[in-house]
Amino acid sequence: MKNLLLVAYLDIRESLRSKWFYVYAFVFGGLMGLFFISGITDSVVMGFTGLSRLLLVFMQVTIIILPIFILITTVKSISGDRESNILEYMLSFPISLKEYYWGKFMGRFVTVFFPVIVALLIGVAWGLVKGGELPWAMVGLYSALILSLCLVFLGIAFFISTLVKSHDVGLGLSFAVWILLLAFIDVALIGLMMQNRISDGVIITVAMLNPLEAFRIGAIALFDPELTVIGPVAYYLLDTLGRKMLMLYAVFYPIALGGVFALLGYTLFRKKDLL
Amino acid sequence: MQDPRVVVEVNRVRKRFMGATVLDDVSLQISLGDRVAMMGPNGAGKTTLVRCMLGFYHTDEGSIRVAGHDPVAERVEVLRHVGFIPQLPPPVKLTVGELLHFVERSSGTSAESIARKAGEMELDVAKHSQKPFFKLSGGMKQKLLIAIALARKSRLLIFDEPTASLDPRAREHFYELLQSIDYEHAAIYITHRAEELAGLVNREITMDLGKVVVDERI
Repeated sequence: MKNLLLVAYLDIRESLRSKWFYVYAFVFGGLMGLFFISGITDSVVMGFTGLSRLLLVFMQVTIIILPIFILITTVKSISGDRESNILEYMLSFPISLKEYYWGKFMGRFVTVFFPVIVALLIGVAWGLVKGGELPWAMVGLYSALILSLCLVFLGIAFFISTLVKSHDVGLGLSFAVWILLLAFIDVALIGLMMQNRISDGVIITVAMLNPLEAFRIGAIALFDPELTVIGPVAYYLLDTLGRKMLMLYAVFYPIALGGVFALLGYTLFRKKDLL
Repeated sequence: MQDPRVVVEVNRVRKRFMGATVLDDVSLQISLGDRVAMMGPNGAGKTTLVRCMLGFYHTDEGSIRVAGHDPVAERVEVLRHVGFIPQLPPPVKLTVGELLHFVERSSGTSAESIARKAGEMELDVAKHSQKPFFKLSGGMKQKLLIAIALARKSRLLIFDEPTASLDPRAREHFYELLQSIDYEHAAIYITHRAEELAGLVNREITMDLGKVVVDERI
């Protein structure tokens, strides 16, 4: 436990000095700045205005940027250290693999989660200054959704990081995972739906197994409880799961999936040659 | 009952990488007091054998015990007794101070004792404590790694070409430090420069094509 916290602490210290962390924090902080300048809080689109509108845009941007940032910066965590012989040296000290792996995971979670949540809170504060009302439930659920998105992609990134020996292959694989989850699955499913070969229920189930889709639906459901934006699929989802279950699914499914990938990564880390 | 003086026991170890045999039925014992020069051409299996002792590689056949423990299953127990200096200093992003904190917390070796050892090699740790380790010069990095390994007072010291990035004066200091180690230990020096270790080692192991081809006392 002592060494777990030590590894986490040192990983955070190291990240806070890294250029990627500043770019990452700048992107999310800058996004908020951009939203304020462009007057998103004052605009009305599809009936949303003020803080709700700001949060909606923030989540739409987060869904694209956050996964790729987490994947690219985290995937080097084990594979990059392995390639540069850092792993060989650091693991020549009496630290268990469990403490090293989960310490790294904890440290990386702190560094990827906090800039996003801080940007979100800055947005909320700005909205309040501008005279909006604080939607507590929405901010709370959004924070939970961001947490689950961070955890699922951290889990996937740690899995890739322990799976591959080369940092370059890890980066390529990360990009492939990101684009697959962000767009390709949807494109393929739309194609299947148009061909009418597979039942719609199967297609929607496959779509909802995509953690990005779960996040997207969860985020939309906060503004639009009837999910009118996504069309007829909304009836299927709401009839099958109900709104409450849908929200629980959107928050907890990605966390569970991230946990499974992180555990698989840990198993590989323990069972395979370390170098 | 195993002889308590035996630090490393390698028993019929085989290791393959992608079908190629890198360690081929290797057996050896290293006891307290043994100072081993491990030699052989590139690809002979020296580093692989050492990495198996450190628990980085799983053996395909045979067994290894270090300080009576299995390096993979009981790595923490094994590494409590081993000090290791890699061939090239890794580009660790931690500052010197953070690295010493890591060593202190993980292995119980005090930062002061490391600073003292470093001072004996003319490296002022306090002056560089805020600098990232990877930004030190090659020689400084190697001196710090040597200081860390020696301060840990390990039963087994493993040096993988430890003087590769040191200038002649620093090499001299390093060998003086090795001669001044005041507790009983075993040491393995992977080297291509056997002549530099003359007087320091009392045993020579030569490997070739994954086998131990020479193992003799000097």
